[in-house]
Amino acid sequence: MRFDSLADSVGRTPLVGLPRLSPSPEVRLWAKLEQDNPTGSIKDRAALWMIADGEKRGLLVPGATVLEPTSGNTGISLAMVCRQRGYRLVCVMPENTSVERRQLLQMWGAEIRYSPAAGGSNEAVAVAKRLAAENPDWVMLYQYGNPANAQAHYETTGPEILEDLPAITHFVAGLGTTGTLMGTGRYLKERVPDITIVAAEPRYGELVYGLRNIDEGFVPELYDPSVLTSRYSVGPREALRRTRELVQEEGIFAGISTGAILHAAMAQADRAVREGKPAEIALIVCDGGWKYLSTGAYAGTLEEAEAALEGQLWA
Amino acid sequence: MAVQVRVPTILRSYTGGSKLVEGTGDTVAALFLDLDSRHSGLRGRLVTGEDGAELHRFVNIYVNDEDVRFLGGLDAKLNDGDEVTILPAVAGGSIASSPRVPAGQH
Repeated sequence: MRFDSLADSVGRTPLVGLPRLSPSPEVRLWAKLEQDNPTGSIKDRAALWMIADGEKRGLLVPGATVLEPTSGNTGISLAMVCRQRGYRLVCVMPENTSVERRQLLQMWGAEIRYSPAAGGSNEAVAVAKRLAAENPDWVMLYQYGNPANAQAHYETTGPEILEDLPAITHFVAGLGTTGTLMGTGRYLKERVPDITIVAAEPRYGELVYGLRNIDEGFVPELYDPSVLTSRYSVGPREALRRTRELVQEEGIFAGISTGAILHAAMAQADRAVREGKPAEIALIVCDGGWKYLSTGAYAGTLEEAEAALEGQLWA
Repeated sequence: MAVQVRVPTILRSYTGGSKLVEGTGDTVAALFLDLDSRHSGLRGRLVTGEDGAELHRFVNIYVNDEDVRFLGGLDAKLNDGDEVTILPAVAGGSIASSPRVPAGQH
């Protein structure tokens, strides 16, 4: 396959069967390998669509500064697109972010502003909103509320999955910004009305939920629960166990959030077997495991790995 | 109809610091009323609206890890031995914090 530029190669990722993890020939699991995107994660789709949308609406002009609260995959994806198009990128991240994240972002030319470690992502979002108010010429793409995030999946992830798996009965993905589930879920529901759309939400250690007040809570503006059939909270133990099963049984080396998604997908598979119904279950592999090696997720026993993840935002 | 309820740090001032409390009720709404009889004020943080008919926007309740908003909300049914988890809604997304080096590996 040939493309005009790296950004043009985003998407059209493979959908591969998981024959060893699928319970029967009638109930099958299929993994969409989003680590095959240019910067190695599903976030390339949202980043490209949000930038293109900003350009279409005239917000992004040559030399513009893009602002985003993220130290994770979205930041890396945005950095790649911004560098190619000549935009300055400022990422707001908690000050306790891992050194790999900082180096990856800086390598692609992003500037980093820190938010207090206590408060995690909520605080990073708050600091970014403050910076946006102080710098009216900066453009905050804001993945949690930008419809272009979900639209990327409505226009690409959803059609790709349906084309590769016309008999799809279930779609399972992670719930963070909610963009993947909202966009892909809407597309699939329009065409397969009785499809089951399942969200797998990572359940972190207690530190991550250390708000001072319930009213400081946060629900992404993109979130529309009517798209979902059900939503599961998956703890680090199950996520780690499934992440390891995925590489041991199927050879797919994925990040930890994918383990949470696989856990929810396998629960759907088990249910289909119990009910004697055939199922074709598509699930998202969000990224590869490389960026998470330093978390300790892949070393030692599950107990040790779980202890190492305590207090971290692992998805 | 005894269920175990996991309480987040932010609400433990209502449970005398306990992270795990026991309660009873056929539904989530009934469970909250039962909990409030021993942990006064807790229910007021979990529900809003007239007569507390709605789950607080920034509160997520899970029964055996499934979000109750997809099981009938406050009317979601409970069974003996269920595990109920209360969590505040926080920003997810992909913001990773620093790895913690286990003791002895510095």
